[in-house]
Parts: sequence; structure tokens; C-alpha cells
Amino acid sequence: MIHQNMNQLVLTLEPMLGNTLLSHQINLGELTLEIDARHIRSACETLRDQAGFDQLTDLCGVDYSGYGAEDGDPWSGERFAVVYHLISYHHNQRIRIRAQLPETDPSIDSVIEIWPAADWFEREAFDLYGIIFHGHPDLRRLLTDYGFIGHPFRKDFPLSGQVEMRYDEEQGRVIYQPVTIEPRILVPRTIRKDVFNRGDNEPGHSAAAEDNA
Amino acid sequence: MAEIRNYTMNFGPQHPAAHGVLRVIMEMDGEVIERCDPHIGLLHRGTEKLAESKPFNQSIGYMDRLDYVSMMCNEHAYVMAIEKMLGITPPIRAQYIRVMFDEITRILNHCMWLGAHGLDIGAMTIFLYCFREREDLMDCYEAVSGARMHATYYRPGGVYRDLPEQMPQYDKTERFSDEETKQRNQDRSGSLLDFIDAFTQRFPGCVDEYETLLSDNRIWKQRTVDIGIVTPERAKALGFTGPMLRGSGIEWDLRKKQPYDIYDQLDFDIPVGTNGDSYDRYLVRVEEMRQSNRIIKQCVNWLRSNPGSVMIDDHKLAPPSREQMKGDMESLIHHFKLFTEGYCVPAGETYAAIEHPKGEFGIYLISDGANKPYRIKIRAPGYAHLAALNEMSKGHMLADMVAIIGTQDIVFGEIDR
Repeated sequence: MIHQNMNQLVLTLEPMLGNTLLSHQINLGELTLEIDARHIRSACETLRDQAGFDQLTDLCGVDYSGYGAEDGDPWSGERFAVVYHLISYHHNQRIRIRAQLPETDPSIDSVIEIWPAADWFEREAFDLYGIIFHGHPDLRRLLTDYGFIGHPFRKDFPLSGQVEMRYDEEQGRVIYQPVTIEPRILVPRTIRKDVFNRGDNEPGHSAAAEDNA
Repeated sequence: MAEIRNYTMNFGPQHPAAHGVLRVIMEMDGEVIERCDPHIGLLHRGTEKLAESKPFNQSIGYMDRLDYVSMMCNEHAYVMAIEKMLGITPPIRAQYIRVMFDEITRILNHCMWLGAHGLDIGAMTIFLYCFREREDLMDCYEAVSGARMHATYYRPGGVYRDLPEQMPQYDKTERFSDEETKQRNQDRSGSLLDFIDAFTQRFPGCVDEYETLLSDNRIWKQRTVDIGIVTPERAKALGFTGPMLRGSGIEWDLRKKQPYDIYDQLDFDIPVGTNGDSYDRYLVRVEEMRQSNRIIKQCVNWLRSNPGSVMIDDHKLAPPSREQMKGDMESLIHHFKLFTEGYCVPAGETYAAIEHPKGEFGIYLISDGANKPYRIKIRAPGYAHLAALNEMSKGHMLADMVAIIGTQDIVFGEIDR
């Protein structure tokens, strides 16, 4: 079973996944499958056992609140998502899976039994985004400090954090205190659409530059 | 009868063999490791979150600081992701320069790994030998970018500037006579390419020296053979990539399987191991150094005979030259806009991966059309490797823990991000 291109791959995957597959997109030669978060485990099992995606390359959380806000074209889906990148060594093919999770209950089944590599990736997504992975045997914080409060990669968590650490002369120990850094933005976010018409070009040249010339 | 209990032991975070700031809590049965729990994040800087608050180009420097022994490879994945979303292709010469520096970086990384791994398990000389060659390659970095380590040399659309025509030379000091200074500057009399060319002539002999020290060394073999065996099936399941995967016998290299830039036009081989132990991974990495040397040689030859542009000709993405900027109003505007606002990347998402010295280094980039990334996820190869530390070290002796950390080629800049 060798898939010639992404369209063919979709045709093979669609009957396998059935109604767990909500939709799909092909962009920049990459296939993204939107999977129903409630059925993530069975969908992943199918992808590993029937479609041959034998390695989980990456797993990460995404917080879509504020996506496209400057543009007046905000994200229509749920606030959180878990994005999986899979690779098939046999077919030399990659796909991406996205499962969207509501803000009120950001939880999903763990895929650690399907790909043991998910262990730390899920712990990281829990730590940074507060996404709960049901069935993960050891869902502890991984990257943040011991006793850290909050989920720092959420868009509503300030870049400079909540607390800072310093040595206190009087108490003779290191203490935490509210952060004293003034938040500042050096370059504002801007969305400009007029410069997007580049497309495939000769190496070293871009269509936009030729338009200007 | 005396009561025998397991006891818990702390390793790191400040230990020379912890390769940075790794803390491992080990449950020991005598001197045998029953279970271990690595605590990471002591070097967590939130690179991905920081990148969300900056225009795209300002984060290139952060990429150097991820895996701080293979700087340019990190940059490569990042600029590739941006190029993919912008739909641009850098000039061929820039692609050759990138590939050449990727391979220089691979040798840099493997020299660092070999030296440190040797030092960890009792071989002192190899460390000095490896650092001798690293120094020359650091000079290449410095000549091309101005910085020995954190180069910030790659840009979306090419590289920051062309290779210098003149290699910097040593000044005369009191320590060295005229004759000695002349000797030291012998390879530096020409351009950077001449210097790299001289290096590639010399380097296979250096690798032979490394191998005479270690490959048949009784102590080295006692410390590495059959230590940390990973079967091919487990290596795949655990998310291993790069030499960790090839050491287990899976022939997989993104430079061959999913070639980027001009790797498909170069001639090189992919070494694989058979047993999946630390010794095989050592052999794989040593052979990779020889293969990288071959690639560098081919790039030097091509670059010598093919001068040309090294940056895309689009001033929305690449700044105009200083001269143009001073003389032409439109160039001045482009310059100003590029450095104050940056450029916008079309909305969408992409994943770009390269064969990093440690494995598959990927950047998952989400843009909402703004001049800053919406979300960046850095897929660091060492992260998946370290997650398997528990499985790899189970049943081994305490001293083997050091050998296993060494064989994984752990660098905390990329694991903690």
C-alpha cells in the first residue's frame, strides 16, 4: 500500500476512520485530519494498525483564543486543541491530526498505550496548557518549577509570568514575590494580506518582487 | 536476617555527567537501577512563548540557543518552516551554503558528544582531541557570521551574507615565534572555502585518531557494548530518531528519505548499527562524521565554481543593501518596514523537519496571518530520547546511567526549550 499523493491517502483513510473523522484539509502538501476528540483512541489505533503510522513524532497543545482577532476573522472552533504529528516509516508519509477540546473541559484520552512516545509530550501539554489526558499513568508537571501555579502557554497567561524569585537578606532564603517587570510590546501584531501572493517560484526569486519591478 | 530495602538516590542537577541540568531520582536495589524518574525543565525558558511575541526574524537567535552545540541546524528547521509558508525558495548557492554549514554543525555536535561521552566514562584524551577540531570549525562559524556559537546566520530566503573572501589570521604574540605564527596561519592565507577545504583534507585522519583511542579499547568496549540496548520496534514506538534509531538498525535519514535543500544532489551513505547498544551508536556517529566530511567536500567544490546571490531578491523579506538604502527612497521604506514591523506570513500551519545531528528536529508553525507566529512547537529529538531513560537504564548498574545519558547525546537547551 503506497500512497501516491495526499488525495489518495485521504481516500484510503476515510473508510477506515468512519465517523471519527470530522473533516480534512490539504495545505502545503500536508494533510490535517480533524478527529472527534471523544474517539481519539480508536482513531489512533486504526491509524497505527491499519494505515501504518508507526511513530508519533510530536504531540502538542494549542490555545486558539485570540486567533485572527486583529483580522476580524476569528477561530470558529473550540478554544483548545491537541495536535498529533504521525509518521509512517513504511510509506514515508506524515500526517497531522487535530482534536479540538472545549474551554470548559479540556480533556481527552491518552494515546500512551498506542505510542509510548506520547508519555512526556502529554505531560508537557498538561503542564503548559492544562489539558487532561485520561488514562495517562503519571500526569505530573514536567517543564515548570516545583509548585508552579497556572498553565503558562495559555494565551491569557502573561509573558512575564506571575511570580519572580529573589534572595531575601532578612529571611536568609530564596523567596517568591509578585513579578515586578512592566509588560511591554516592542512590535505590535499586524495582519497584512496584500503581500501574500508569492506562490511557487524559481529559487531565489519571488513573484511579489517581480510584480513590484 | 537483615532487612533489605530499595533506596532512592538523587543524581544531579549539578553533576558533570548530567550534561547540563538533569536531575534524576533513581530507585536502587543495591547498585542496580530499578526505576528512574528524570526531572527536567531546569533550563526552561519558554522559547515557544517568547517567539509568539516577536516578529519572525527576531526569533532566529533563539533557535541557536535551543541545542547550543548544533546551532545552525536549529535555525535551518525554523527558516524552512517560514519559507514553506511564504512559498519561497532560497537561491541554490544559499542552499549549498546551508547544507555545508549543517554538516559542519554535525561534526561540531558529534565532536562535542564524543569528547564528553568519552570523558564521562573515563577517557580523557579524546576530549582534548575532539575540542582541537571543534576549534577550527568554530572559527568557520566566526568567519561567516561573526559569532563563534550563536550565529543567527540563516534567514528565510537564504543566508545573511556570502562566504568571506579572507579568513581571519592569528596576530603575532609573545608566545609564538614568527615561524610558528606563519605555521598557524598556513591554512588561513586564503578564503574561508580554502580553510574548510584544508580541514576536510585533515579531518579523516583526525577521525582515525579518535578511533585508535576508542574503537578497540578494552575499557571503552566494557563500558558501552550491550549497554542501553533498544530494539528497532521499541526505538520506533518510543519516538527515537537520528543516530538513536539508526543505531538500532533502522535505515532512516531525512536527508535521504525526505530530502530538503540540495541533499538529493549529494553523494553520501547512511550508517546503521545492528545491536542497538551504546557501542553501535558510537560507531554510527563516528561514521556520520566521515560522511559529513564527504558532503562538505562536495559543497566546497560546488561553491568554488558557482558564485551568485545568497539571498532572495524580495525586499519585503530581505533587507536591501546599505548602499541601496541610502540612495533609493523605496529601498529606505522597505528597510524601515522590515526592521520595525517585519513581514506577515499567510495564515495556516506547517511542519518542517530536518535531520539534526541528534535526530529529527521539527518546527510546527501556526500563523494567523500576522507578523508574529501564532504558535510554534519545537519538536526536539533529545526530548523523546530522554523520556526513554527509564526504560533504557532499567536493570543496569549505577555507573551505566552515565554511559546511557552519554549515548543519548543529551543537551538541555533543546529538551527544556
